[in-house]
Amino acid sequence: MMTNPTGRITQGQFSFLPDLTDAEITLQIEYGLKHGYAWSIEYTDDPHPRNTYWEMYGMPMFDLQDAAGVLMELNACRKTFPNHYIRLMAFDSTRGIESIAMSFIVNRPADEPGFRLQRQEVNGRTMRYTIQGYGADRPEGKRYGG
Amino acid sequence: MANPLYSIPGAPIPASVPAAAASNPRPAGSSSAAADAPAMPQAGSAAAPDSAPRTVAQVLQDSQVESVMDALDADLIGLAPVKARIRDIAALLVIDRLRALHGLAAQAPSLHMCFTGNPGTGKTTVALRMAQILHSLGYVRKGHVVSVTRDDLVGQYIGHTAPKTKEVLKKAMGGVLFIDEAYYLYRPENERDYGQEAIEILLQVMENQRDDLVVILAGYTDRMDTFFQSNPGMSSRIAHHLDFPDYSAGELLEIAQRMLDGTHYRFGEGAREAFDAYLERRITQPHFANARSVRNALDRIRLRQASRLFADRNRELSALDLTTIEPADILASRVFNPS
Repeated sequence: MMTNPTGRITQGQFSFLPDLTDAEITLQIEYGLKHGYAWSIEYTDDPHPRNTYWEMYGMPMFDLQDAAGVLMELNACRKTFPNHYIRLMAFDSTRGIESIAMSFIVNRPADEPGFRLQRQEVNGRTMRYTIQGYGADRPEGKRYGG
Repeated sequence: MANPLYSIPGAPIPASVPAAAASNPRPAGSSSAAADAPAMPQAGSAAAPDSAPRTVAQVLQDSQVESVMDALDADLIGLAPVKARIRDIAALLVIDRLRALHGLAAQAPSLHMCFTGNPGTGKTTVALRMAQILHSLGYVRKGHVVSVTRDDLVGQYIGHTAPKTKEVLKKAMGGVLFIDEAYYLYRPENERDYGQEAIEILLQVMENQRDDLVVILAGYTDRMDTFFQSNPGMSSRIAHHLDFPDYSAGELLEIAQRMLDGTHYRFGEGAREAFDAYLERRITQPHFANARSVRNALDRIRLRQASRLFADRNRELSALDLTTIEPADILASRVFNPS
């Protein structure tokens, strides 16, 4: 509660800001396209910070000139998975980089329960810590209001 | 989230900040102002209310419409219905700007087009130019052309077509999608053909995303008529059906002259009349493909000129010799002696 007042997970760019509107998302996509990035859409319902690889929604979109194409796919993804986390990622293919340059969350479930701190005592009163999401108690697909 | 709490660099300046924008003097007749104007009409009209154009002449002064129309008239020969339609679209753009300044609604017209006509009448050429024209008028955002045929839209197995067509559509957004020989999409005789699925996806995107994409179909007149009869949905979504008329002999001569100018050749003494005579005879023969036949004929003429110059090994060839086409090069054609 005190560590994260809004309770929203803060992964990726712009995660401390209010949700981006579609117009703002378009501006970001145009920025990426101007730099030659390839956009892709991923979704998941497991928000653990160590969950690096989310499910892909379609292939990465290379050779696009305009943001409307990406937004078309994004709206289809929102319609299919309204209660999942959806993020847009931009892949920079210039030699020497060849990795994700931008990544931000564009859709969240309405209610994000957050994480619990799991403490484990091992030999000699040494503590091991990990975090576990409250949502992860339920099976995939049933975590956020189905 | 209706109002963002921050401003993103590159976002349009909201209308609540007119003072800062109005204090910058408007650069006279700059093309950058014209390029920005279609994207941010609200910012422009809010920023400079005193210098808002009220007449057509003032709008034309500030935009690139005139130069686009002049370039069109200069580069394309004949094609009167096409030029007339493009002039109408440009005029609507100008009037829409004036309407926007009065606060009247100005919805972009549906721009999907279908080009029909005989082979070699310039359908593909104009479609490629159309993207440029619409972009300079401000109707499409990026102005690139994605040129596809049936193979690029239709898949080979179940489930292949939809992603394939959607990929092509996404690549074409912000520009023009040019579908050549569109009637091949529809194959009624084969019930396992996936062309119909591609057509359905196209229809949906053409209707729902009119401002993002312009679709131009092209093909031969009779086959396109059959295609539209069996797909009334497609026909009704296409606002502009343009028929490309055959070129006249005079226009073909002009086209030939342009092609020669472009490749650094010139007609010699009497060669122009010889080519005119050649055209008169060739037009009446079967399989005449207008501008394409002219291009082929010019290529053959160049071959004959090369052979003629090749025969004399010791003659020093000046630039004039190398560029001039003699009547003999043209009159050696089979159309003159059909034996």
